[in-house]
Amino acid sequence: MERQIVIEAEGLTKKYGHQVAVNDLNIQIREGEVFGFLGPNGAGKTTTLLMFLGLTEPTSGKVRVIGFDPTRDPFHVKEKIGYLPENVGFYDDMDARQNLQYIARLNRIPDKISAGRIDESLKVVDLLEEVGKKVGTYSKGMRQRLGIAEVLIKEPKLIFLDEPTIGLDPDGTNRMLDLIHSLSREKNITIFLSSHLLDQVQRICDRVGIMIKGDLVAMGPIEELAKKKLGVDKEHYTLEEIYMKYFKEA
Amino acid sequence: MEDHFSSIRFLLISALIVMVGVIIASMVGMDIQEESKGVAKPTFLFLWLFTSTGKLFSFVQFIGFFGPLIGIFLGFDSINRERVSRTLSKLLSQPIYRDSVINAKFLAGAALIAIVLVAIVLIISGLGIRLIGVVPGSEEVSRLVIYLIISILYISFWLGISILFSVVFRSTATSALASLAVWIFFSFFVSLGAGFLANAVAPVSQSGTGMALEVVEKHEKVMRVTSYLSPMNLYNDATSTILNPMRKATKLTFVGPMEQLSMSRFQNPLPLLQSLVIVIPHLISIVAITVLCFGVCYLVFMRQEIRTV
Repeated sequence: MERQIVIEAEGLTKKYGHQVAVNDLNIQIREGEVFGFLGPNGAGKTTTLLMFLGLTEPTSGKVRVIGFDPTRDPFHVKEKIGYLPENVGFYDDMDARQNLQYIARLNRIPDKISAGRIDESLKVVDLLEEVGKKVGTYSKGMRQRLGIAEVLIKEPKLIFLDEPTIGLDPDGTNRMLDLIHSLSREKNITIFLSSHLLDQVQRICDRVGIMIKGDLVAMGPIEELAKKKLGVDKEHYTLEEIYMKYFKEA
Repeated sequence: MEDHFSSIRFLLISALIVMVGVIIASMVGMDIQEESKGVAKPTFLFLWLFTSTGKLFSFVQFIGFFGPLIGIFLGFDSINRERVSRTLSKLLSQPIYRDSVINAKFLAGAALIAIVLVAIVLIISGLGIRLIGVVPGSEEVSRLVIYLIISILYISFWLGISILFSVVFRSTATSALASLAVWIFFSFFVSLGAGFLANAVAPVSQSGTGMALEVVEKHEKVMRVTSYLSPMNLYNDATSTILNPMRKATKLTFVGPMEQLSMSRFQNPLPLLQSLVIVIPHLISIVAITVLCFGVCYLVFMRQEIRTV
């Protein structure tokens, strides 16, 4: 059975004045995928995410996210998807549960239901023991995991993660990657993740897209890109090699 | 709003205002007690509690001058703090409309202002009843209620100004300073400037003798119009007219000797409705600038690009 398309962009373009941030982007993401969106800093990754969320209006082109147009109908899109911004912030003088409850209320989830979900998602991200502490005292890794918990509160079908592992130590990074992997496998959540940390993306992503200076230069499963760029019979390859090849050509 | 109540900043400012209010009220109350001994009680004695200048300044003057600070303190970091702590983009990715964020910030602040003001006026009234032993009549109560409404609007205007700055400026320190600068500008420089402008347009000599009546009138007019550029003057004029029924005009009027004679014979307080009629233009102006200020704020916020810093 063909899996449903959850994100579809056609000719998506965003200009800031004369500067083109995203140029004619065409992309299709199917349900249950873990998609890695790669590119150097300032390539337009975050701008693309913001357009998918309806937080920024595209200059031209079409987008559908879970069947809605985020520009026209941001409300429905935001209701069904989770978004973890880069270096997410919390209300530091509240504890983890209060932070999550606030978000749950903004999503109009009744307190009775949200109480259970909060415990469940804190358990998933392994923060149940630290729940009483003020979020201001959390380490970076804990904050990032709390961010995931916050996203899980609304039980989304699709999650956008913007640089989820940036600035984490190796242990924190591993836990984060395992977490993302399990979300995809166990809960069948589609994950769209932007990053420039290639070895990590290689570990968890089914498909990748490489964006350089606003252009999507390549898209597909990693093996396929490797065959195309590095030669058919190469057995050991890394995403980094592929990426650097594209990067030099661009 | 829960946020505001628990913040130390808010507690400090409201404690200060309540304290000063109580001190003024008790001072004035005792003065009134002294003065009215053995004399027939004048009408509207109760309102004196709020308008009498006593030894320093009256409660009404105090609120006119420091009230804006409550508004500024409640609003100056409302949006940019969310930006700095990176919670704004998260907030906006929840299924809420963007304008509900700014509406909530404004309404929560305004509600808080209302609560504080009503509380202070009630405290002073209670104290006043104890001290001077006069129970306010229904007209006095309605005058106080109108005073409260004007004050809430006025302080909400300052709240709007500070929220506007918090939308425009990325740093909380800049927005705080900008709001304070506007406050200082309106409280000192507009009146100064009004004097200068009036002198330039229609010079009046210090001695005032041998002046044509028209020149004095013109001088006064220019000064009044210019000073109304400041919401503070608008507010002061409006509230003192509302709380002082003896005050019959907000502008200087020239009266001949016969008129003076007849006026002193019929020195009666204005009915509430007439006081209201005098200040209606002031009231409309205050509402208009508050709405305008919030409107600008709303528009700027709605169009702003929400990128993480």
